[in-house]
Amino acid sequence: MLDQHRDYVLKTVTERGVRLVRLWFTDVLGNLKSFAISPAELENALSDGMTFDGSSIDGFSRVQEADVLAVPDPHTFEILPWGDPGSGAEARVFCDIHDLDGQPFAGDPRQVLRRHVQAAHAQGLTFYIAPDIEFFYFEPPRPGERPVPLDSGGYFDLTTRDATGDLRKRTIRTLEQLGIPVEYSFHEDSPSQQEIDLRHTDALTMADSVMTFRLVVREVAASQGLYATFMPKPLEGVQGSGMHTHLSLFRGDENAFYDPDDPYNLSALAKSFMAGLLVHAAEITAITNPTVNSYKRLVPGFEAPVHVSWARNNRSGLIRVPIPKRGNPVATRVEYRSPDPGCNPYLAFSLMLAAGMRGVEQGYELPAEADANLFELDDIRLSDLGVGQLPQSLADSLRVMEQSDLVREALGDHIFEWFLRNKRREWRDYKTHVSQFEIDRYLGSL
Amino acid sequence: MSAHPIRGRCGEGAVVVFAADMPADVARALDMAGYEWRPVPGLPDASAAEPSTGWGAAVVIVGDDTEAAWAFCRGLRRSDTDPVRTLVLIGGARLDELDLRDDLFDDFCITPFHPSEFDARMRHLLAATPVGPARADLVEYQELSLNLETYQAAIAGRPLDLTFMEYELLKFLAQNPGKVFSREMLLSRVWGYEYYGGARTVDVHVRRLRAKLGEEYADMIQTVRSVGYRFGQMRWGASSDD
Repeated sequence: MLDQHRDYVLKTVTERGVRLVRLWFTDVLGNLKSFAISPAELENALSDGMTFDGSSIDGFSRVQEADVLAVPDPHTFEILPWGDPGSGAEARVFCDIHDLDGQPFAGDPRQVLRRHVQAAHAQGLTFYIAPDIEFFYFEPPRPGERPVPLDSGGYFDLTTRDATGDLRKRTIRTLEQLGIPVEYSFHEDSPSQQEIDLRHTDALTMADSVMTFRLVVREVAASQGLYATFMPKPLEGVQGSGMHTHLSLFRGDENAFYDPDDPYNLSALAKSFMAGLLVHAAEITAITNPTVNSYKRLVPGFEAPVHVSWARNNRSGLIRVPIPKRGNPVATRVEYRSPDPGCNPYLAFSLMLAAGMRGVEQGYELPAEADANLFELDDIRLSDLGVGQLPQSLADSLRVMEQSDLVREALGDHIFEWFLRNKRREWRDYKTHVSQFEIDRYLGSL
Repeated sequence: MSAHPIRGRCGEGAVVVFAADMPADVARALDMAGYEWRPVPGLPDASAAEPSTGWGAAVVIVGDDTEAAWAFCRGLRRSDTDPVRTLVLIGGARLDELDLRDDLFDDFCITPFHPSEFDARMRHLLAATPVGPARADLVEYQELSLNLETYQAAIAGRPLDLTFMEYELLKFLAQNPGKVFSREMLLSRVWGYEYYGGARTVDVHVRRLRAKLGEEYADMIQTVRSVGYRFGQMRWGASSDD
């Protein structure tokens, strides 16, 4: 089967006149990295991989051997729908990174997710994910200036001149050409803000799709002279961008989260999975919300979660259980609402799965549903309800992550330690910055 | 029964035998007929022991792990120009496994077999020159065309950029228009091995295919409620403007 697959890729490259094959992979921070090879090198690359120097890739560097091996995953081979027809077609393929001795490279986020997915598979479970990804379109940013929205539209608006509607349409068409089906797309709550919901697929494919998605959104915006950003909170006073992530576990074609006899249709597995997410939420927050700006979004009043709680239709909690249409078993799922659209999807999905599975394996009990609008309750009432809070800053979330055995084990020492070091530097840089807020508030009064 | 260690290459015309557990009756039948043969547990060993002129024939014994047997056949078939002629030995209760897998073998024999029948079929297998209709290199259905040699698919002249699994699924459907397939059937015939996603993978791939076929042609693949999928139309009676 593998030979036929290679054959297919090689024949397609010849038949479609592919001039360049881009090998894609992701660094620890979630940036898409790429280097290109010619079709002549592809056959070699498919069997033996391509060596490259990993030392300048964020999260890859090691004291000893710097060289690593990029091994293309032929399942992900796709012709890129953009590019100059005159210079021939281009294709891309996602790679797994290996050590020169063939072992999975400890710094490769894709290998981390692969490991988790395989562990779940060993238990007969498949992890399905559907993310709702929010982002902003702006005029191209000018250094030192605040971002300029393209419209003042709101939720579900069809704005006049509908510049952003057109961008969304082009984006969706390109995504479909890359085999990424879209479920919904619409104008979100804040000016110039969009949401595109991807249709569910297995976790590894979806992480690849999120990487592709971000590139496509940016490319389409750039082609129209505009700028797209996945920054969580680019504008003050309006809603920020999140990546609400719908999760479910399947056994073969049966939804393991579904129980027809439960009042919420949630199985015991689903409940302990949710409990796992709640118990370990604070520990995984540094990865799901990895920048100082992420915590500007996680504040009350803007539909972003602040409290560690769950409910069926309460958008102020961390986990929401959407009510599926007509009790459709396949659609039963949980929505984890804190992640940023700028996170590393491989690591974020890995930790969501690890936290949930810890709950399942240890039989955690799901706390009571927190139904009231949590933003309106005071701290005493909240602690009565046993509702904790998500970390309030990057420093907070790093401190909690550092103590977490779950996260260390899930990510592996290499990525765990590198990430903490890198993010502590970010926090230090941020802490030494004197903001306009402080000047405005204190210069005159102190 | 003579021992056949898996070491070194065979001579011209040798028979490769795939079996989880080599049955004594097959070994005896092959020995009696004077074939040089080698039992192998899988494709890598078959490659290692292959003579420079290639295997003369293959005997594939379909045991409890039916998927392993079909995977072996598929691996042998990868040489499009000159595939190894293959005889499948299969229990009568499993005959439905042969359905829609005709491209993977040349002849079959039901077990427990009569030695003279097995003998006759083996002789026929080795003597046969490629006869019958040449494997169709082009599959066409309305505006869709698939070139099986170059793996390229196009719709209304526009090339389709497909991943390998999307291509295989489309090829399977287009070769069997009008038939309704359950997800399980598609999973077993197209994916061929236990893909961890289960039959849900089929839904995901159909969706991706539809997205790539584009709005105009997406309904070439129809969902048949509670059953599965169907490619193309069912025609009830001829139409005067066909």
